Amino acid sequence: MKTTGRVNGIISNIVIVKADGAVGQNEICHVYCDDTKMMAEVIKVVGDDAYVQVFDSTRGLKIGDKVEFEGHMLEATLAPGLLSRNYDGLQNDLAKMDSLFIERGSITDPVDFDRKWEFKPLAKVGDKVSAGSWLGEVQEQWVAHKIMVPFVMTGKYTVKSIVEAGEYTVNKTVAVLADADGGEHPVTMVQRWPVKQAIRCYAEKPRPSRVMETGVRAIDTFNPLAEGGTGFIPGPFGAGKTVLQHAISKQADADIIIMIACGERANEVVEIFKEFPELVDPHTGHKLMERTIIICNTSNMPVAAREASVYTGMTIGEYYRSMGLKVLVMADSTSRWAQALREMSNRLEELPGQDAFPMDLSAIISNFYSRAGLVKLNNGQTGSVTFLGTVSPAGGNLKEPVTESTKKAARCFYALSQNRADSKRYPAIDPLESYSKYLEYPEVEEYLGEKIEKDWVSLVYRGKTIVQRGKEANDQINILGDDGVPVEYHERFWKSELIDFVVLQQDAFDDIDANCPMERQQMMYKMVLGICDRSFDFADFEACSKFFKGLINLFRQMNYSEWKSEKFYDYQRQIEKYVSEQSK
Amino acid sequence: MTTRAFQKIYTKIDNITKATVTLRATGVGNDELATVGGKLAQVVKIMGDSVTLQVFAGTEGLATDSEVVFHGEPPKLKVSDNLAGRFFNAYGEPIEGGEPIEGEAREIGGPTVNPYKRIQPSELIATGIAGIDLNNTIVTGQKIPFFADPDQPYNTVMANVALRAKADKIILGGMGLTNDDFLYFKQVFENAGALDRIVSFVNTTENPPVERLLVPDMALTAAEYFAVDKGEKVLVLLTDMTLYADALAIVSNRMDQIPSKDSMPGSLYSDLAKIYEKAVQLPNGGSITIIAVTTLSGGDITHAVPDNTGYITEGQLFLRNDSDTGKVIIDPFRSLSRLKQLVIGKKTREDHPQVMNACVRLYADAANAKTKLENGFDLSDYDERALKFARDYSEKLLAIDINIGITEMLDTAWTLFAKYFTKEEVAIKADLIAKYWKE
Repeated sequence: MKTTGRVNGIISNIVIVKADGAVGQNEICHVYCDDTKMMAEVIKVVGDDAYVQVFDSTRGLKIGDKVEFEGHMLEATLAPGLLSRNYDGLQNDLAKMDSLFIERGSITDPVDFDRKWEFKPLAKVGDKVSAGSWLGEVQEQWVAHKIMVPFVMTGKYTVKSIVEAGEYTVNKTVAVLADADGGEHPVTMVQRWPVKQAIRCYAEKPRPSRVMETGVRAIDTFNPLAEGGTGFIPGPFGAGKTVLQHAISKQADADIIIMIACGERANEVVEIFKEFPELVDPHTGHKLMERTIIICNTSNMPVAAREASVYTGMTIGEYYRSMGLKVLVMADSTSRWAQALREMSNRLEELPGQDAFPMDLSAIISNFYSRAGLVKLNNGQTGSVTFLGTVSPAGGNLKEPVTESTKKAARCFYALSQNRADSKRYPAIDPLESYSKYLEYPEVEEYLGEKIEKDWVSLVYRGKTIVQRGKEANDQINILGDDGVPVEYHERFWKSELIDFVVLQQDAFDDIDANCPMERQQMMYKMVLGICDRSFDFADFEACSKFFKGLINLFRQMNYSEWKSEKFYDYQRQIEKYVSEQSK
Repeated sequence: MTTRAFQKIYTKIDNITKATVTLRATGVGNDELATVGGKLAQVVKIMGDSVTLQVFAGTEGLATDSEVVFHGEPPKLKVSDNLAGRFFNAYGEPIEGGEPIEGEAREIGGPTVNPYKRIQPSELIATGIAGIDLNNTIVTGQKIPFFADPDQPYNTVMANVALRAKADKIILGGMGLTNDDFLYFKQVFENAGALDRIVSFVNTTENPPVERLLVPDMALTAAEYFAVDKGEKVLVLLTDMTLYADALAIVSNRMDQIPSKDSMPGSLYSDLAKIYEKAVQLPNGGSITIIAVTTLSGGDITHAVPDNTGYITEGQLFLRNDSDTGKVIIDPFRSLSRLKQLVIGKKTREDHPQVMNACVRLYADAANAKTKLENGFDLSDYDERALKFARDYSEKLLAIDINIGITEMLDTAWTLFAKYFTKEEVAIKADLIAKYWKE
């Protein structure tokens, strides 16, 4: 018997329900407004009154309207067929909705329950299994999608029977598991998991040790993101957060990409809808959309579902991680999620924390970030969820609660600077403020040393020092004037500009420059460092700036040229000649 | 505002605040309209049998025995082709006489367009203003505000843009518009012979501020009618969104909500997004483009209203007085059109993106030179040239009184490059230099 209730109060999308039975915190319920059935989540219980947040508009709802409680929390449906789909925050498939407008109470299936999948068993009768064990696999796009023991099944089981290879729909029982007492549990290809809880069916969660390549020089070369690591991109509006995220999503060296458009612009999501089915993944040659899942809850969609969207995305990410895959989850923007929390907290009349955000904001954020990570599965394989979020700090001020809380949780910090954006130095990642904690990990240092070259990390630090010294020199020049400082100061400043223009800046809208593979990054970076190591003899500061401007121009042309093309080498030769003519 | 027969009339109000009344009533729906002592009001909160109504025109003069009648439906606008050429108040009632509009009554503030059904905007809107067309190209389906101080001629610029934009319909949503500005808009549209394609919803400073809250939804409901039903290109002008936000703050304050930054309600982002996200390019060829005005206080964009707006809209156009040329220009540093990448160099000449960036970079060099000059340092030859370039660039391209085609803008930029700089200093891709450099 389901608990039911009646609407007894309405404040915007918070509805107070008088319930006739037991109600759980975070339990899902349905509110009936005339013929429309709207989903809602319990967020507070006071006596018989359940406070529920409705994932839809409550317009026209009346006192006494019927409510049904479902007895479970908000769940994601996990099964083959998630890839390439475009979901809203509650995992409704947007492509399956017929009308132009999203009508209230629109519910569509997250996967096709009629479609047949070619199932191949991996487990045998008699195998000992537990939650997350691989029972079989189906081919989803080009991914071997593992069919696992449902994550909710705690304890040990024995495979009692398993179907033969063949075509099955997701709802068909593919295996029967027996528990210690001999109880039988049929398993299908579809399982459900409450999104707000982490999936922990793995053996251990070691420190990240590998780097995820993004093709963005300012990240890969200067502040690498670890596979299974976390990072965030705060920046004022117009600083290029979204462009940067899109670039990473197109280029990152991941098996699965989950993009969560959380409270952002619909036209940006349309860009992904339109471009991704056509663009090719540079690592595998498949279409980008084949490895992508989009969770889209744009800013005008219901606020409560916005909060759910990040959890839905993360849960799907953890699901694919359990198959031993490399997953990148990106959320744009986590500030909108925090604002959704603020709106709820406000309507519940909770005592506010800083800037009216809920007091536990920091805990909620760090708890969410902690769901990312590299894991060693029970079968010895590894999988990872790398998480990258953007933050939209109010007024571009990084001393605000969301940025500060995120800074405590994330290990990479890519600060986008207004000054760089104003002077069109994109990506506007500030080279001095940004950091990657992973550069300090000995295991990452070792990995980079093997993958790129020995002592790579110390080369990175050298570049950082040159940029730092260039900035200091520039400050002196600005205080004392061009003539007031020795020419060496100008040389120092221009060397940092050289790194800035050639390595840090990158044209995300140029077909060639947009994606820079690590091999090319290494070569360009070493070329630039080589020049920085030389000393030059300039007559005066104007000669110095003229030389470096010419040099930067040549390098830019080189960046725009196809890798290892004749043109590319031609520019390289020109640069060598140009530099040797000027050298001491 | 007709009432249905046999409707229950309530005559006992329990509480009256400056903006709300609370009474005991049953069978009331959330968001429903009501008439309280002859004034229009909307249900904002229901607790058991206690219903709180927000009275748009303020509660002055209401008594505990004022009559309250519920309408049984949320605010609606009657839509038909006859909307064109008419002026309405915030409730959608014709002002300045004329018959009421007959047509289908539609709920305002309706549902969201499914993002999956949207089309990527790709049609350029030419305005003749280089600060927009060259540096910050606007496309149909975009939403973009002017950020301007109250003393700047934003309404003039907006009226110009609207008239040059070749839209099928222009919908003006005026919030807290002074009567003078309202008459200005009317006159400009009339002089241009464009009145028959204009629909106006106006709340002037003479009307109660809370009424403003209905204006954007009214304007956008009309816009959706023309864009969705008729497949037309609709341009919506919203001025001034800061005054709209002020009205939101008043209501949230009266409802005892905890204010967040700058005394604005915590839901400001969602409230503004609900309006701006109505901008859309539809599969049937129709579109809604929103050009808004957000007035700033002393150019401060960190205030909650411009700040939240910037995160919602697809860029912003920043007006600034340029002391060197004495003209109002569109600031190339702080202005941005996020959707320009969809058209520049594709719908315009191939050199557009690089020319645009080079101009702004050189203009930034000039700004640095100016700082040096102000600090009393000697200028290099390059600095001198950059400063001269900046002056010409500001006068010939950035000023808002420019009205030329995009190709002409690009040619002007190339002329300025050749006049003041060498090819290396301009740092544009070699093949473009070869093709367009003016010797």
